[in-house]
Amino acid sequence: MNYDHTTGTAINEGVIMGYLEEICDPEIPVLSIVDLGIVRAIHLKKDIAGDIEIEVVITSTYTGCPAMDMIATEIRVMLATLGFKKITVTQSLSPAWTTDWMTESGKQKLNAYGIAPPDKRFSIPEDGVACPQCNSLHTKLLSEFGSTACKALYQCGDCKEPFDYFKCH
Amino acid sequence: MATSSHHLIDFILSQADTTLILSHRNSEWCGHGPILEQDIAITNIALDLIGQSRNFYQYAASLMGNTDEDQLSGMRPEREFKNLLLVEQPNGDWGQTILRQYLFSQFQYLLFEQLQLHKDEQLAAITAKALKEIKYHLRWSSEWVIRLGDGTQESNLRMKNAIEALWRYTGEMFMPAEYEKEAGVDWLLLKDAWTKKVQAVFDEAFLQIPNNTFMQSGGKTGVHTEYMGYILTELQYMQRAYPNCEW
Repeated sequence: MNYDHTTGTAINEGVIMGYLEEICDPEIPVLSIVDLGIVRAIHLKKDIAGDIEIEVVITSTYTGCPAMDMIATEIRVMLATLGFKKITVTQSLSPAWTTDWMTESGKQKLNAYGIAPPDKRFSIPEDGVACPQCNSLHTKLLSEFGSTACKALYQCGDCKEPFDYFKCH
Repeated sequence: MATSSHHLIDFILSQADTTLILSHRNSEWCGHGPILEQDIAITNIALDLIGQSRNFYQYAASLMGNTDEDQLSGMRPEREFKNLLLVEQPNGDWGQTILRQYLFSQFQYLLFEQLQLHKDEQLAAITAKALKEIKYHLRWSSEWVIRLGDGTQESNLRMKNAIEALWRYTGEMFMPAEYEKEAGVDWLLLKDAWTKKVQAVFDEAFLQIPNNTFMQSGGKTGVHTEYMGYILTELQYMQRAYPNCEW
């Protein structure tokens, strides 16, 4: 497959990146793996027969993130379903993943979903992260560790809702 | 293979074993933590540690050839495990678990600060990434040491008992094994920095560093305390019952 089936565009790195935007993080389904900054590079080359070989380089958020193997499988399955034959997914460790790589639209989607996005003013989690429900700053850190490795647990003093904060990393 | 390559592999395996065994110990708290938030915290730390452990095992396996992370963690006998004695000690009460985590995180933070500049690029990459997580472990565990030491009479007593039980296993951290002598680590600097940091936290927690403790060693060369066999019996059960099963 050398052209996108619907638009007829020649396959390039940007087109592949567009496909990968459809793959969601299994723990935070509102974010795509591109929003999260997990996809680090896409390498394309053609083999002797003219077929495109794709290498997708991904990096894990936290080293113990159990979603990485699942994400690698989802990438392979999606690209294979689209008709690509030669797909490799490699994992890189360096440079280490940081929340700086999260896209702006990703941060907005997180907030709308009820998870406070990473905020440089709270690089160490403490009271006062804006509540994603009511925007109050009257919030309290309950625990630096939350339901997944990347989140801390808070409660809002105004609307009383508990919420997760995606920690700066 | 040159001796230096063997030494590098053994050093990586010792890091893999230490993080695996502490991860296993911490995971024993799952569902038993004193309150939900702290149950989640200690198991989050277990998860970070097993992630680090997998990175080390995968790298060691790639250098060794003909093996993988499951074989290395699931099939090696006790005498081949090179983990620190400190991390295999039982959980005890919450105070003992907290102290074990703090003493180790403080050590691991300072060690990995050096290793992130290692000339071996993959070792540098693994440790640089892990450091970001260790910062959380260190902050969380040191705050708990202070909270318990400077808490009630009972919690202070529990911390003193924990120091009594664990301090003798800290000396080994700074005694390089044969395979660590050229690992690019300044062990004296490490010991000095660690002692100063621990002293500062203990001061704030109304706790004392014991004097003239006999220091038990052996973990780095596979001579373990009696607890290790029980840990491996449980941890390796699946791989030994169903050889080659995958995570």
